[in-house]
Amino acid sequence: MNKNIIYRLDWTLMLIYLLLLIFGVVNVYSATFSQTSGGLLDFSQAIGKQLLFIIFSLFIGIVILTVDSKFFEQFATLAYSISIVLLLGLFVFGKTVSGATSWYNIGGISFQPSELAKVTTALIIASLLSKFQSDLKTWRTILKIGAYILFPFILIILQPDPGSALVFGAFFFPLFREGLNYAYLIIFLTVFTLFFVTLSFPFGVVIGIITILIFLLFFIFKKIYPKVKILPFLILLIVSIGFSYSVNYIFENFFEQRHRDRINLVLGKEVDSQGVGYNINQSKIAIGSGGLKGKGFLEGTQTKGDFVPEQHTDYIFSTIGEEWGFLGSFFLIFLFCLLILRVIFQAEKQTNKFRRIFSYGIAGLIFTHFFINIGMSLGIVPTIGIPLPFISYGGSSVLAFSIMIFMHLNFDANRLNDW
Amino acid sequence: MIRRIFLPAVTVLSAIVFIGKLISLQILNSSYKILSDGNAVIENSLFPERGYIYDRNHKLLVSNQPVYDLMAIPENITSFDTLELSKILEVSEAELNEKINSARTFSVKLPSIIVGKISKERNAMIQEKIWKYPGFFILKSSVRNYPVSIASNLLGYVSEVNRNDMKKDDYYSLGESIGRQGIEEYYESFLRGKKGKKFYQKDRFNRIIGSYENGKYDVPVEGPQNLYLTIERELQQYGEELFQNKRGGIVAIEPKTGEVLALVSAPSYDPNILVGRKRSKNFRKLVLDTIGKPLFDRGLQAQYAPGSPFKALNALIALQEKVIDPDTEYLCQKGHFYSRGMFMECHCKNGTSNNLHSGIYRSCNTYFANVYRKIIDQAGENIEDGMNIWNKHLKSFGLGNFLGYDLPIGKKGFIPDADYYNYWYKKGGWKSATVISNSIGQGEILTTPIQMANFTSAIANRGYFIQPHFLKSVGNNSLNKEYERKYTSIDSIHFETVIDGLHQVVERGTAKVAKIKGIDICGKTGTVENFIKLNGVKTQLTDHSIFIAFAPKDNPKIAIAVYVENGYWGARWAAPIASLMIEKYLNGDVKRKWLENKMLNGSLIAEYEKPYSGEQFVINE
Repeated sequence: MNKNIIYRLDWTLMLIYLLLLIFGVVNVYSATFSQTSGGLLDFSQAIGKQLLFIIFSLFIGIVILTVDSKFFEQFATLAYSISIVLLLGLFVFGKTVSGATSWYNIGGISFQPSELAKVTTALIIASLLSKFQSDLKTWRTILKIGAYILFPFILIILQPDPGSALVFGAFFFPLFREGLNYAYLIIFLTVFTLFFVTLSFPFGVVIGIITILIFLLFFIFKKIYPKVKILPFLILLIVSIGFSYSVNYIFENFFEQRHRDRINLVLGKEVDSQGVGYNINQSKIAIGSGGLKGKGFLEGTQTKGDFVPEQHTDYIFSTIGEEWGFLGSFFLIFLFCLLILRVIFQAEKQTNKFRRIFSYGIAGLIFTHFFINIGMSLGIVPTIGIPLPFISYGGSSVLAFSIMIFMHLNFDANRLNDW
Repeated sequence: MIRRIFLPAVTVLSAIVFIGKLISLQILNSSYKILSDGNAVIENSLFPERGYIYDRNHKLLVSNQPVYDLMAIPENITSFDTLELSKILEVSEAELNEKINSARTFSVKLPSIIVGKISKERNAMIQEKIWKYPGFFILKSSVRNYPVSIASNLLGYVSEVNRNDMKKDDYYSLGESIGRQGIEEYYESFLRGKKGKKFYQKDRFNRIIGSYENGKYDVPVEGPQNLYLTIERELQQYGEELFQNKRGGIVAIEPKTGEVLALVSAPSYDPNILVGRKRSKNFRKLVLDTIGKPLFDRGLQAQYAPGSPFKALNALIALQEKVIDPDTEYLCQKGHFYSRGMFMECHCKNGTSNNLHSGIYRSCNTYFANVYRKIIDQAGENIEDGMNIWNKHLKSFGLGNFLGYDLPIGKKGFIPDADYYNYWYKKGGWKSATVISNSIGQGEILTTPIQMANFTSAIANRGYFIQPHFLKSVGNNSLNKEYERKYTSIDSIHFETVIDGLHQVVERGTAKVAKIKGIDICGKTGTVENFIKLNGVKTQLTDHSIFIAFAPKDNPKIAIAVYVENGYWGARWAAPIASLMIEKYLNGDVKRKWLENKMLNGSLIAEYEKPYSGEQFVINE
């Protein structure tokens, strides 16, 4: 079996995965260089811990490759339950770091169960959806799946770690792929658009825009289907305005100022570079100053000067941009695209529904992280603190994403074997 | 189908958006590179220690001494006993607290000076206790140190640059030092060297975290140079001692080389008071002394009438113009009428007949008045020509213009010409008799002591001088600057006659007091009337005592000019002082202790206080 899987393994994907890991270690080393006093293998230093986690992840990965694929399907419920228990346990045993109780601290090594919850939620969704009674056209299934996603989502929101919680929105992608009504796509996009429009313009203007758009829509429909009634459009109008109002209300009353600031910044409402805009501004300076070829490994002045906060974790892309320039950044984005597309491509080839949904789920998760993290570093997306998979410093993240990749590799390798 | 391509499409779309944003940030927009350098790189200057200054025999005149600044980084300060620290530092508790607070306002993470320029001694005490005060530390820098307190005006001083300095020369930035006055100013670039640059990588708190790109862009300091002056330390010091409680100046020059051996200006001040924390307070005091004017370099800046020494020049001009010969005699009757009802007094005995020799050693006013009229009237009616010929000869001795020596200050003096008198008296409105005072070095002529020493040097050299200068060599390289001989317009043959006369001045004439056994001195005394404006009224003061000399006669090694303000006649103060200086320089030590003591202990303070006493006073007593 062992010998067999080596032949059946998708080494291309494996290579992409390893390249990302190496690129990550190199940049975490650079970003933490000024703080590093010991060598690479000093495990009290960030880079040492990261290496330790990578080695551990690879070990777990090899174990995963040797396990029978069917095991994971049976294991899904248990794994999901364990991660929920771990999330609940945080309220009692958790360690609070910068306001969020998201970590367990065991012997100097921190572990973040929300990272694990991403894998287990992907597993449980795949497991639920692959059962033959499940049908995404029925409310029952949708509600059930929704509940499974919402449960960890709420627990993580309560930590509070809204960034990590938001990532659970990534499960929209496998669900849509598996037959979720187009209406949800429209709602998904409308909500997304309304959200930004509402926050970008004064409320009065927003009502105006919505009204005009909906009446335009109505007249277009009227031309095509003369029998169409105005009532649904009026309802849509009222719902939209109601939503817009509530977004405004929630934004002003429930968001903390720092969240509001972050979103305002991306919307271009604030340009204070020493205040809230500091992170993004410094990140853009770092990336911009990299130029075409970058300043070279360990030569990034922004990076060395520690100007970009959280540079080894959430803002690791600014180090890459500064030290490796456009070419390095392009290479990284290219690798991510290749990884995501390859996982999707291989998922589509799966005849086993469970494996397909799972693989598709992790592709959605990786994409979401990729989009939010790099988008944030470039100032396109609001500041949402989540790591760049395989690259950012953080053991839990590396471990969780490695597990995803190795499980996918296992499923892919055994696609034709055991079904 | 849409379901299948949705995620891949969104992925590719996002990647395209990212790449587009990267192109705009990294390739199209170059401002980020500048922004990044601006906030991540800090440029620090490295300052070389200012060069030392030595005398001609490599004896130290100016060195540096360490001073210490007590610095603090506010965020590292823990609560401490402010009373104790303020006692150690010798500042009040309130002042200390105020300094710390203002440092905190400036930056909590960057060091600020709490107490600057602490002396070595106090620093030793602070060092013992500093460990008790986290956040405080001592930073060493250096200020000037003067092992002998002499030549303050000649050397100049060092202070912090001001706005004007920075505007004039962008080399300087705030807080740096610059040489002011004297050698420090003139040879600033040698002494200062060139500051280096070191680039540091800084972090977001502006703290330095290491060198930038391994010092690729760093510029090392360029060595400051030590200067060797032409001054002889012992002679300078001796001259200053002789001028205790007197005002005036000495300029001594080596005739063969033009090297200035001593430049004394009195009153002066101890250069050590313009160093460190007390500098500005003391400088203010010096500036405010408008009567003694210690910052006024009398050797270079004071313009006096040259007095009788000037007769030697008139004699040379007359000989050159062949209006007299050495044997021409004039009768003196305690003076003479040079115009109707205008009598010029002379101290010769009634009925003395003087030729050139005796005219010089007796300093006969009558003789030189006649000589001068011969010069001016040589072209007959055309008096302007005579005046301008006279002017041209004097200019060839370096009078009436800057000498070009290497110090930043000086005065031109003044030698009148025909245009000048045409302006004042109208054309044709003046005759030789009108300007007769010029014959005896009074009248409109003005010279500075260094010009006097310089023409003495030209006489000593029998017809040429070398531009006086103060710098002998820079560092280990001897000075490449070649000073050429500047010939006067007088043929050398005429000098011997005049020099013989000057020799007689010391041997048997007005300056017998200056005679030194074994040294042939040539000299000329002078006694100069002078006036000041006192409450708006022109008031005559006691005459200035003047003496010029060179020695030895046949191989001159030193030419000297001495001015003692309000010292009365030339042989009273100036001649003895010049003589002692010559003895000191040529023999190394002074045997005539009685004369030395008389000069050292003599004081003219009472004389100087007269005009300011508010009472009537008698001069020349």
